[in-house]
Amino acid sequence: MQCERCNERPATVHLTEITNGQKQETHLCEVCAKEIQLQGFGLLPQMNLHNFLAGLLNYEFNGSKFGQQEAGVKACAKCGVAESQFVKKGLLGCGDCYPCFEEKLQPLLRRIHGNTRHTGKVPERTGGNARLLKEIENMKRKLTEAVSREEFELAAELRDTVRQLEKRLEEGGEA
Amino acid sequence: MSIKDKVGSARSLWMDADGPDADIVVSSRVRVARNLTAIPFPHLLDLEKSREVTAKIRKAIENTEASELIGNLELTELGELTPLERQLLVDKHLISPDLLNDFQAKAVAIRQDEAVSVMVNEEDHLRIQCLLSGLQLKEAWEIVNKVDDGLEKTLDYAFSEKLGYLTSCPTNVGTGMRASVMLHLTGLKITNQIGGVFHAIGKLGLTVRGLYGEGTEAASDLFQISNQITLGQSEEELVNNLTSITRQILTQERASRKSLYIDRREFIEDRVYRAYGILKNARILTLEEAMRLFSDLRLGIGLKIILGIHDKLLNVLMVEASPAFLMKMAGRELSSHQMDVYRADLIRNEFEKAEK
Ligand SMILES: [Zn+2]
Ligand SMILES: [Zn+2]
Repeated sequence: MQCERCNERPATVHLTEITNGQKQETHLCEVCAKEIQLQGFGLLPQMNLHNFLAGLLNYEFNGSKFGQQEAGVKACAKCGVAESQFVKKGLLGCGDCYPCFEEKLQPLLRRIHGNTRHTGKVPERTGGNARLLKEIENMKRKLTEAVSREEFELAAELRDTVRQLEKRLEEGGEA
Repeated sequence: MSIKDKVGSARSLWMDADGPDADIVVSSRVRVARNLTAIPFPHLLDLEKSREVTAKIRKAIENTEASELIGNLELTELGELTPLERQLLVDKHLISPDLLNDFQAKAVAIRQDEAVSVMVNEEDHLRIQCLLSGLQLKEAWEIVNKVDDGLEKTLDYAFSEKLGYLTSCPTNVGTGMRASVMLHLTGLKITNQIGGVFHAIGKLGLTVRGLYGEGTEAASDLFQISNQITLGQSEEELVNNLTSITRQILTQERASRKSLYIDRREFIEDRVYRAYGILKNARILTLEEAMRLFSDLRLGIGLKIILGIHDKLLNVLMVEASPAFLMKMAGRELSSHQMDVYRADLIRNEFEKAEK
Protein backbone atom coordinates (compact mmCIF):
# COMPACT_ATOMS: atom_id res chain seq x y z
CA MET A 1 0.00 0.00 0.00
CA GLN A 2 1.21 3.49 -0.90
CA CYS A 3 1.42 6.34 1.58
CA GLU A 4 -1.77 8.41 1.36
CA ARG A 5 0.07 11.64 2.01
CA CYS A 6 2.99 11.61 -0.42
CA ASN A 7 1.86 8.80 -2.72
CA GLU A 8 5.53 7.88 -3.07
CA ARG A 9 6.67 5.46 -0.41
CA PRO A 10 5.10 2.31 1.00
CA ALA A 11 2.81 2.82 3.99
CA THR A 12 3.92 1.14 7.21
CA VAL A 13 2.35 3.34 9.87
CA HIS A 14 -1.23 4.32 10.35
CA LEU A 15 -2.63 7.47 11.77
CA THR A 16 -5.77 6.58 13.64
CA GLU A 17 -8.46 9.15 14.20
CA ILE A 18 -11.53 8.40 16.22
CA THR A 19 -14.44 10.82 16.01
CA ASN A 20 -17.91 10.12 17.37
CA GLY A 21 -16.96 6.49 17.80
CA GLN A 22 -15.99 6.26 14.13
CA LYS A 23 -12.48 5.11 13.49
CA GLN A 24 -10.62 6.28 10.46
CA GLU A 25 -7.14 5.26 9.42
CA THR A 26 -4.75 7.10 7.19
CA HIS A 27 -1.91 4.96 5.91
CA LEU A 28 1.43 6.67 5.98
CA CYS A 29 5.07 6.00 5.18
CA GLU A 30 7.73 6.37 7.89
CA VAL A 31 8.82 9.75 6.55
CA CYS A 32 5.36 11.28 6.53
CA ALA A 33 4.50 9.77 9.89
CA LYS A 34 7.63 11.27 11.36
CA GLU A 35 6.82 14.68 9.93
CA ILE A 36 3.30 14.58 11.26
CA GLN A 37 4.56 13.64 14.68
CA LEU A 38 7.19 16.36 14.63
CA GLN A 39 4.59 18.91 13.73
CA GLY A 40 2.58 17.80 16.70
CA PHE A 41 -0.51 16.66 14.74
CA GLY A 42 -2.21 19.80 15.84
CA LEU A 43 -1.90 21.76 12.69
CA LEU A 44 -2.58 18.86 10.41
CA PRO A 45 -5.25 19.60 7.90
CA GLN A 46 -8.24 17.95 9.46
CA MET A 47 -7.98 14.90 7.27
CA ASN A 48 -10.72 13.08 8.97
CA LEU A 49 -13.09 16.01 8.95
CA HIS A 50 -12.43 16.74 5.32
CA ASN A 51 -13.08 13.14 4.34
CA PHE A 52 -16.11 13.04 6.57
CA LEU A 53 -17.34 16.23 4.94
CA ALA A 54 -16.73 14.96 1.42
CA GLY A 55 -18.93 11.95 2.16
CA LEU A 56 -21.71 14.10 3.59
CA LEU A 57 -21.48 16.59 0.78
CA ASN A 58 -21.94 13.94 -1.82
CA TYR A 59 -24.93 12.68 0.04
CA GLU A 60 -26.59 16.03 0.71
CA PHE A 61 -25.85 17.70 -2.58
CA ASN A 62 -25.80 14.86 -5.05
CA GLY A 63 -27.92 12.33 -3.27
CA SER A 64 -31.44 11.30 -3.98
CA LYS A 65 -32.92 14.65 -3.06
CA PHE A 66 -31.08 16.67 -5.63
CA GLY A 67 -30.10 15.71 -9.14
CA GLN A 68 -26.44 15.84 -10.00
CA GLN A 69 -27.08 18.25 -12.82
CA GLU A 70 -28.93 20.69 -10.67
CA ALA A 71 -26.05 20.65 -8.20
CA GLY A 72 -23.71 22.19 -10.73
CA VAL A 73 -25.97 25.08 -11.62
CA LYS A 74 -26.48 27.07 -8.48
CA ALA A 75 -23.75 29.55 -7.59
CA CYS A 76 -23.17 32.20 -4.91
CA ALA A 77 -24.18 35.62 -6.22
CA LYS A 78 -21.35 37.30 -4.35
CA CYS A 79 -18.26 35.19 -5.00
CA GLY A 80 -19.43 32.97 -7.85
CA VAL A 81 -18.55 29.68 -6.16
CA ALA A 82 -20.83 27.00 -7.56
CA GLU A 83 -22.32 24.15 -5.59
CA SER A 84 -20.29 21.70 -7.58
CA GLN A 85 -17.06 23.50 -6.58
CA PHE A 86 -18.06 23.41 -2.95
CA VAL A 87 -18.88 19.73 -3.13
CA LYS A 88 -15.51 19.01 -4.70
CA LYS A 89 -13.29 21.09 -2.43
CA GLY A 90 -15.34 21.21 0.77
CA LEU A 91 -14.67 24.94 0.96
CA LEU A 92 -17.17 27.76 0.61
CA GLY A 93 -16.21 30.94 -1.22
CA CYS A 94 -17.34 33.74 1.06
CA GLY A 95 -19.60 34.59 3.98
CA ASP A 96 -22.55 35.03 1.62
CA CYS A 97 -22.28 31.41 0.52
CA TYR A 98 -23.86 30.45 3.85
CA PRO A 99 -27.24 32.12 3.25
CA CYS A 100 -26.99 31.26 -0.42
CA PHE A 101 -26.63 27.51 0.15
CA GLU A 102 -28.51 27.56 3.44
CA GLU A 103 -31.14 25.02 2.48
CA LYS A 104 -28.54 22.34 1.87
CA LEU A 105 -26.00 23.48 4.44
CA GLN A 106 -28.54 23.16 7.23
CA PRO A 107 -28.76 19.34 7.25
CA LEU A 108 -25.02 19.17 6.67
CA LEU A 109 -24.27 21.32 9.72
CA ARG A 110 -26.65 19.24 11.78
CA ARG A 111 -24.75 16.13 10.84
CA ILE A 112 -21.32 17.64 11.52
CA HIS A 113 -22.10 19.51 14.72
CA GLY A 114 -25.39 18.04 15.88
CA ASN A 115 -26.56 21.63 15.93
CA THR A 116 -27.32 24.59 13.70
CA ARG A 117 -27.19 27.52 16.09
CA HIS A 118 -24.17 29.42 17.38
CA THR A 119 -24.13 30.04 21.13
CA GLY A 120 -20.57 31.28 21.61
CA LYS A 121 -18.70 34.54 21.34
CA VAL A 122 -20.20 37.47 19.45
CA PRO A 123 -17.98 40.15 17.91
CA GLU A 124 -18.64 43.72 18.91
CA ARG A 125 -18.57 45.29 15.46
CA THR A 126 -20.39 42.80 13.27
CA GLY A 127 -22.36 40.90 15.88
CA GLY A 128 -25.65 42.64 15.00
CA ASN A 129 -28.37 41.77 17.47
CA ALA A 130 -26.64 38.61 18.57
CA ARG A 131 -24.98 40.35 21.48
CA LEU A 132 -28.24 41.86 22.64
CA LEU A 133 -30.13 38.59 22.25
CA LYS A 134 -27.47 36.79 24.20
CA GLU A 135 -27.63 39.34 26.97
CA ILE A 136 -31.42 39.10 27.15
CA GLU A 137 -31.22 35.34 27.38
CA ASN A 138 -28.60 35.65 30.08
CA MET A 139 -30.70 38.09 32.12
CA LYS A 140 -33.78 35.91 31.77
CA ARG A 141 -31.86 32.96 33.14
CA LYS A 142 -30.68 35.04 36.09
CA LEU A 143 -34.24 36.18 36.60
CA THR A 144 -35.55 32.62 36.81
CA GLU A 145 -32.78 31.77 39.26
CA ALA A 146 -33.58 34.81 41.39
CA VAL A 147 -37.27 33.88 41.49
CA SER A 148 -36.50 30.30 42.47
CA ARG A 149 -34.31 31.59 45.31
CA GLU A 150 -37.16 33.93 46.27
CA GLU A 151 -34.95 36.98 45.88
CA PHE A 152 -37.79 39.14 44.67
CA GLU A 153 -36.04 42.48 44.89
CA LEU A 154 -33.28 41.27 42.59
CA ALA A 155 -35.86 39.65 40.36
CA ALA A 156 -37.70 42.93 39.93
CA GLU A 157 -34.47 44.66 38.96
CA LEU A 158 -33.66 41.96 36.46
CA ARG A 159 -37.13 42.12 34.97
CA ASP A 160 -36.64 45.84 34.35
CA THR A 161 -33.31 45.19 32.69
CA VAL A 162 -34.83 42.55 30.43
CA ARG A 163 -37.60 44.97 29.43
CA GLN A 164 -35.11 47.70 28.65
CA LEU A 165 -33.00 45.35 26.54
CA GLU A 166 -36.05 44.09 24.68
CA LYS A 167 -37.09 47.64 23.97
CA ARG A 168 -33.67 48.37 22.58
CA LEU A 169 -33.99 45.33 20.36
CA GLU A 170 -37.35 46.51 19.03
CA GLU A 171 -35.97 49.95 18.32
CA GLY A 172 -33.47 48.49 15.92
CA GLY A 173 -31.08 47.35 18.57
CA GLU A 174 -27.59 48.68 18.61
CA ALA A 175 -25.83 46.44 21.05
CA MET B 1 13.85 40.37 17.84
CA SER B 2 12.64 39.56 14.35
CA ILE B 3 11.03 36.33 13.21
CA LYS B 4 14.26 35.56 11.38
CA ASP B 5 16.14 35.62 14.70
CA LYS B 6 13.44 33.62 16.42
CA VAL B 7 13.69 30.64 14.14
CA GLY B 8 17.36 30.42 15.05
CA SER B 9 16.44 29.31 18.56
CA ALA B 10 14.56 26.12 19.24
CA ARG B 11 12.91 27.46 22.35
CA SER B 12 9.27 28.53 22.56
CA LEU B 13 7.27 29.19 25.69
CA TRP B 14 5.26 25.96 25.39
CA MET B 15 8.46 23.91 25.63
CA ASP B 16 9.31 25.10 29.12
CA ALA B 17 7.33 22.20 30.57
CA ASP B 18 6.35 24.32 33.56
CA GLY B 19 2.58 24.12 33.04
CA PRO B 20 0.29 21.99 35.21
CA ASP B 21 0.69 18.24 34.57
CA ALA B 22 3.33 18.95 31.93
CA ASP B 23 4.89 15.53 32.55
CA ILE B 24 1.94 14.02 30.66
CA VAL B 25 0.25 16.93 28.90
CA VAL B 26 3.01 18.15 26.61
CA SER B 27 1.06 21.14 25.33
CA SER B 28 -2.36 22.79 25.13
CA ARG B 29 -3.39 24.62 22.01
CA VAL B 30 -6.37 26.80 21.14
CA ARG B 31 -6.94 28.34 17.76
CA VAL B 32 -9.83 30.28 16.28
CA ALA B 33 -10.63 30.94 12.63
CA ARG B 34 -11.81 34.37 11.51
CA ASN B 35 -12.61 35.95 8.16
CA LEU B 36 -13.07 39.51 7.03
CA THR B 37 -16.46 40.60 5.69
CA ALA B 38 -16.94 41.36 2.01
CA ILE B 39 -13.74 39.60 0.94
CA PRO B 40 -13.83 36.08 -0.53
CA PHE B 41 -12.07 33.38 1.48
CA PRO B 42 -8.31 32.93 0.83
CA HIS B 43 -8.56 30.03 -1.63
CA LEU B 44 -10.35 32.37 -4.07
CA LEU B 45 -7.86 35.23 -3.81
CA ASP B 46 -5.04 35.95 -6.21
CA LEU B 47 -1.68 37.16 -4.93
CA GLU B 48 -2.59 40.81 -5.10
CA LYS B 49 -5.85 40.39 -3.20
CA SER B 50 -4.15 38.17 -0.63
CA ARG B 51 -1.62 40.89 0.00
CA GLU B 52 -4.43 43.38 0.52
CA VAL B 53 -5.79 41.11 3.25
CA THR B 54 -2.32 40.91 4.80
CA ALA B 55 -2.05 44.70 4.70
CA LYS B 56 -5.40 45.07 6.48
CA ILE B 57 -4.38 42.64 9.16
CA ARG B 58 -0.99 44.29 9.55
CA LYS B 59 -2.77 47.55 10.20
CA ALA B 60 -5.03 45.95 12.80
CA ILE B 61 -2.04 44.38 14.55
CA GLU B 62 -0.14 47.63 14.62
CA ASN B 63 -3.13 49.62 15.89
CA THR B 64 -1.74 51.21 19.06
CA GLU B 65 -5.13 51.38 20.77
CA ALA B 66 -5.39 47.61 20.69
CA SER B 67 -1.79 46.83 21.57
CA GLU B 68 -2.63 46.11 25.18
CA LEU B 69 -4.95 43.31 24.10
CA ILE B 70 -2.88 42.01 21.22
CA GLY B 71 0.56 42.25 22.76
CA ASN B 72 3.71 42.71 20.79
CA LEU B 73 3.13 40.85 17.54
CA GLU B 74 5.41 41.08 14.57
CA LEU B 75 4.06 40.26 11.13
CA THR B 76 6.23 38.74 8.43
CA GLU B 77 5.28 37.62 4.96
CA LEU B 78 6.37 34.04 4.39
CA GLY B 79 7.98 35.08 1.13
CA GLU B 80 10.53 37.08 3.12
CA LEU B 81 11.83 33.94 4.76
CA THR B 82 14.09 31.23 3.34
CA PRO B 83 12.60 27.74 2.80
CA LEU B 84 14.62 26.53 5.79
CA GLU B 85 13.27 29.30 8.01
CA ARG B 86 9.72 28.52 6.94
CA GLN B 87 10.25 24.84 7.79
CA LEU B 88 11.62 25.79 11.20
CA LEU B 89 8.41 27.67 11.99
CA VAL B 90 6.49 24.49 11.22
CA ASP B 91 8.82 22.40 13.39
CA LYS B 92 8.29 24.81 16.27
CA HIS B 93 4.51 24.41 15.85
CA LEU B 94 4.12 28.12 15.18
CA ILE B 95 2.60 27.71 11.73
CA SER B 96 0.75 24.89 10.01
CA PRO B 97 2.31 22.95 7.14
CA ASP B 98 -0.58 24.27 5.05
CA LEU B 99 0.89 27.73 5.26
CA LEU B 100 3.88 26.56 3.22
CA ASN B 101 1.76 25.88 0.13
CA ASP B 102 1.47 28.95 -2.03
CA PHE B 103 3.51 30.75 0.63
CA GLN B 104 3.88 34.04 -1.28
CA ALA B 105 0.29 34.88 -0.41
CA LYS B 106 0.70 34.16 3.29
CA ALA B 107 1.99 35.80 6.42
CA VAL B 108 2.42 35.09 10.11
CA ALA B 109 2.59 37.28 13.19
CA ILE B 110 4.32 35.87 16.23
CA ARG B 111 4.43 37.20 19.77
CA GLN B 112 7.79 37.70 21.43
CA ASP B 113 7.48 34.63 23.69
CA GLU B 114 6.07 32.58 20.79
CA ALA B 115 2.98 31.61 22.76
CA VAL B 116 0.76 33.42 20.24
CA SER B 117 0.87 33.22 16.49
CA VAL B 118 -1.55 34.64 13.95
CA MET B 119 -1.59 32.99 10.55
CA VAL B 120 -2.80 35.06 7.62
CA ASN B 121 -4.46 33.56 4.53
CA GLU B 122 -4.37 29.96 5.59
CA GLU B 123 -7.74 28.27 5.01
CA ASP B 124 -9.30 31.37 6.59
CA HIS B 125 -8.10 34.98 6.54
CA LEU B 126 -7.05 34.70 10.16
CA ARG B 127 -6.10 31.84 12.40
CA ILE B 128 -5.24 32.99 15.90
CA GLN B 129 -3.42 30.39 17.95
CA CYS B 130 -2.06 30.11 21.46
CA LEU B 131 0.20 27.27 22.52
CA LEU B 132 1.07 26.70 26.19
CA SER B 133 2.85 24.08 28.24
CA GLY B 134 0.84 21.52 30.23
CA LEU B 135 -2.93 21.51 30.72
CA GLN B 136 -3.83 25.17 30.22
CA LEU B 137 -6.67 25.21 27.73
CA LYS B 138 -8.62 27.82 29.65
CA GLU B 139 -5.60 30.10 29.84
CA ALA B 140 -4.88 29.59 26.14
CA TRP B 141 -8.47 30.46 25.24
CA GLU B 142 -8.33 33.61 27.39
CA ILE B 143 -5.22 34.75 25.57
CA VAL B 144 -6.69 33.99 22.14
CA ASN B 145 -9.90 35.76 23.16
CA LYS B 146 -8.00 38.92 24.05
CA VAL B 147 -5.97 38.97 20.85
CA ASP B 148 -9.22 38.42 18.95
CA ASP B 149 -10.85 41.36 20.77
CA GLY B 150 -7.84 43.48 19.93
CA LEU B 151 -7.92 42.65 16.23
CA GLU B 152 -11.67 43.15 16.11
CA LYS B 153 -11.26 46.74 17.26
CA THR B 154 -10.53 47.61 13.65
CA LEU B 155 -11.43 44.53 11.59
CA ASP B 156 -14.96 43.61 10.48
CA TYR B 157 -15.41 39.87 10.88
CA ALA B 158 -17.71 37.74 8.77
CA PHE B 159 -20.33 36.73 11.33
CA SER B 160 -23.92 35.54 11.27
CA GLU B 161 -26.26 35.79 14.24
CA LYS B 162 -27.36 32.26 13.64
CA LEU B 163 -24.19 30.50 12.54
CA GLY B 164 -21.53 32.52 14.34
CA TYR B 165 -18.14 33.11 12.78
CA LEU B 166 -18.24 32.15 9.11
CA THR B 167 -15.37 29.98 7.92
CA SER B 168 -14.20 28.55 4.60
CA CYS B 169 -14.96 25.04 5.73
CA PRO B 170 -18.32 24.36 7.39
CA THR B 171 -16.57 22.03 9.85
CA ASN B 172 -15.21 25.16 11.60
CA VAL B 173 -18.26 27.43 11.53
CA GLY B 174 -19.67 28.78 14.81
CA THR B 175 -16.93 29.42 17.32
CA GLY B 176 -14.27 28.69 14.70
CA MET B 177 -12.43 27.15 17.61
CA ARG B 178 -10.26 24.07 17.72
CA ALA B 179 -8.82 23.26 21.13
CA SER B 180 -6.38 20.40 21.55
CA VAL B 181 -4.03 18.73 23.98
CA MET B 182 -0.98 16.65 23.20
CA LEU B 183 -0.68 13.78 25.64
CA HIS B 184 2.18 11.43 26.39
CA LEU B 185 0.43 8.19 27.34
CA THR B 186 3.13 5.55 27.73
CA GLY B 187 1.46 3.86 30.69
CA LEU B 188 -1.87 3.31 28.99
CA LYS B 189 -0.10 2.16 25.88
CA ILE B 190 2.15 -0.41 27.58
CA THR B 191 -0.79 -1.78 29.53
CA ASN B 192 -2.94 -1.98 26.38
CA GLN B 193 -5.66 0.20 27.85
CA ILE B 194 -5.41 2.94 25.29
CA GLY B 195 -7.96 1.52 22.85
CA GLY B 196 -10.67 1.34 25.50
CA VAL B 197 -10.00 4.84 26.77
CA PHE B 198 -10.19 6.32 23.28
CA HIS B 199 -13.22 4.35 22.32
CA ALA B 200 -15.06 6.06 25.15
CA ILE B 201 -13.95 9.61 24.34
CA GLY B 202 -14.52 9.18 20.62
CA LYS B 203 -18.21 9.35 21.38
CA LEU B 204 -18.15 12.72 23.06
CA GLY B 205 -17.73 15.07 20.12
CA LEU B 206 -13.97 14.82 20.34
CA THR B 207 -11.34 13.52 17.97
CA VAL B 208 -8.37 11.43 19.07
CA ARG B 209 -5.28 10.96 16.97
CA GLY B 210 -2.33 8.67 17.31
CA LEU B 211 0.26 6.92 15.19
CA TYR B 212 0.41 3.15 15.21
CA GLY B 213 2.53 0.62 13.38
CA GLU B 214 3.91 -2.87 13.68
CA GLY B 215 7.65 -2.99 14.18
CA THR B 216 8.19 0.62 13.28
CA GLU B 217 9.81 3.35 15.29
CA ALA B 218 7.53 5.99 13.86
CA ALA B 219 4.74 4.83 16.12
CA SER B 220 4.75 6.88 19.29
CA ASP B 221 3.20 7.39 22.67
CA LEU B 222 2.01 10.87 21.79
CA PHE B 223 -1.71 11.35 21.26
CA GLN B 224 -3.76 14.37 20.41
CA ILE B 225 -7.31 15.04 21.51
CA SER B 226 -9.33 17.90 20.06
CA ASN B 227 -12.91 19.09 19.86
CA GLN B 228 -14.72 18.10 16.71
CA ILE B 229 -17.81 20.24 17.15
CA THR B 230 -17.58 24.02 16.71
CA LEU B 231 -21.24 24.96 16.41
CA GLY B 232 -23.80 24.96 19.20
CA GLN B 233 -21.43 25.07 22.16
CA SER B 234 -19.74 28.12 23.59
CA GLU B 235 -15.97 28.44 23.69
CA GLU B 236 -16.02 27.98 27.46
CA GLU B 237 -18.10 24.82 27.19
CA LEU B 238 -15.74 23.38 24.58
CA VAL B 239 -12.70 24.18 26.69
CA ASN B 240 -14.24 22.87 29.92
CA ASN B 241 -15.37 19.67 28.25
CA LEU B 242 -11.94 18.94 26.80
CA THR B 243 -10.23 19.88 30.06
CA SER B 244 -12.35 17.53 32.13
CA ILE B 245 -11.87 14.65 29.69
CA THR B 246 -8.12 15.30 29.76
CA ARG B 247 -8.18 15.20 33.58
CA GLN B 248 -9.89 11.80 33.47
CA ILE B 249 -7.29 10.46 31.09
CA LEU B 250 -4.53 11.93 33.25
CA THR B 251 -5.87 10.05 36.25
CA GLN B 252 -5.96 6.81 34.29
CA GLU B 253 -2.46 7.35 32.90
CA ARG B 254 -1.05 8.05 36.37
CA ALA B 255 -2.74 4.97 37.77
CA SER B 256 -1.40 2.76 35.01
CA ARG B 257 2.13 4.15 35.43
CA LYS B 258 1.99 3.54 39.13
CA SER B 259 0.82 -0.04 38.81
CA LEU B 260 3.37 -0.68 36.09
CA TYR B 261 6.10 0.61 38.30
CA ILE B 262 4.96 -1.60 41.16
CA ASP B 263 4.30 -4.76 39.14
CA ARG B 264 7.05 -4.53 36.56
CA ARG B 265 9.69 -2.34 38.10
CA GLU B 266 12.74 -3.92 36.41
CA PHE B 267 11.03 -3.82 33.04
CA ILE B 268 10.28 -0.10 33.34
CA GLU B 269 13.66 0.80 34.82
CA ASP B 270 15.43 -1.17 32.16
CA ARG B 271 13.52 0.59 29.42
CA VAL B 272 14.19 4.03 30.87
CA TYR B 273 17.88 3.46 31.61
CA ARG B 274 18.47 1.92 28.19
CA ALA B 275 17.02 5.02 26.57
CA TYR B 276 19.12 7.24 28.80
CA GLY B 277 22.26 5.22 28.09
CA ILE B 278 21.83 5.32 24.33
CA LEU B 279 20.97 9.02 24.20
CA LYS B 280 24.06 9.82 26.29
CA ASN B 281 26.43 7.65 24.31
CA ALA B 282 25.25 7.00 20.77
CA ARG B 283 27.32 8.31 17.85
CA ILE B 284 24.60 7.87 15.20
CA LEU B 285 20.92 8.55 15.90
CA THR B 286 18.04 8.58 13.43
CA LEU B 287 15.16 10.89 14.18
CA GLU B 288 12.80 7.94 14.74
CA GLU B 289 15.12 6.34 17.25
CA ALA B 290 15.72 9.61 19.06
CA MET B 291 11.97 10.23 19.32
CA ARG B 292 11.31 6.79 20.74
CA LEU B 293 14.12 7.16 23.27
CA PHE B 294 12.88 10.61 24.32
CA SER B 295 9.50 9.04 24.91
CA ASP B 296 10.97 6.35 27.17
CA LEU B 297 13.08 8.89 28.99
CA ARG B 298 10.05 11.13 29.48
CA LEU B 299 8.39 8.24 31.27
CA GLY B 300 11.49 7.89 33.48
CA ILE B 301 11.42 11.59 34.35
CA GLY B 302 7.70 11.38 35.15
CA LEU B 303 8.27 8.39 37.45
CA LYS B 304 11.26 10.17 39.04
CA ILE B 305 13.63 7.38 38.01
CA ILE B 306 15.77 9.97 36.24
CA LEU B 307 16.31 13.11 38.24
CA GLY B 308 18.91 15.27 36.50
CA ILE B 309 16.97 15.81 33.27
CA HIS B 310 13.93 18.06 32.85
CA ASP B 311 11.08 17.63 30.33
CA LYS B 312 12.00 21.04 28.98
CA LEU B 313 15.26 19.70 27.60
CA LEU B 314 13.39 16.92 25.80
CA ASN B 315 10.88 19.38 24.31
CA VAL B 316 13.68 21.54 22.97
CA LEU B 317 15.66 18.55 21.71
CA MET B 318 12.59 17.21 19.92
CA VAL B 319 12.61 20.36 17.83
CA GLU B 320 16.38 20.62 17.53
CA ALA B 321 16.64 17.02 16.34
CA SER B 322 14.56 17.81 13.25
CA PRO B 323 16.37 17.93 9.90
CA ALA B 324 15.63 21.62 9.31
CA PHE B 325 17.02 22.60 12.66
CA LEU B 326 20.15 20.51 12.37
CA MET B 327 20.90 22.11 9.02
CA LYS B 328 20.27 25.55 10.46
CA MET B 329 22.74 24.83 13.27
CA ALA B 330 25.28 23.23 10.98
CA GLY B 331 24.93 26.12 8.57
CA ARG B 332 25.06 23.80 5.57
CA GLU B 333 23.28 20.99 3.78
CA LEU B 334 23.69 17.64 5.52
CA SER B 335 23.38 14.17 4.04
CA SER B 336 21.11 11.85 5.94
CA HIS B 337 24.09 10.07 7.52
CA GLN B 338 25.76 13.35 8.48
CA MET B 339 22.47 14.40 9.98
CA ASP B 340 22.29 11.29 12.19
CA VAL B 341 25.84 11.91 13.40
CA TYR B 342 25.18 15.60 14.02
CA ARG B 343 22.00 14.72 15.91
CA ALA B 344 23.79 12.23 18.17
CA ASP B 345 26.53 14.79 18.90
CA LEU B 346 24.01 17.47 19.73
CA ILE B 347 22.02 15.26 22.07
CA ARG B 348 25.14 13.92 23.79
CA ASN B 349 26.42 17.45 24.38
CA GLU B 350 23.12 18.66 25.75
CA PHE B 351 22.91 15.77 28.18
CA GLU B 352 26.47 16.36 29.35
CA LYS B 353 25.63 20.01 29.95
CA ALA B 354 22.45 19.13 31.81
CA GLU B 355 24.23 16.71 34.13
CA LYS B 356 26.84 19.20 35.22
ZN1 LIG C 1 4.51 9.48 2.73
ZN1 LIG D 1 -19.93 33.13 -1.82
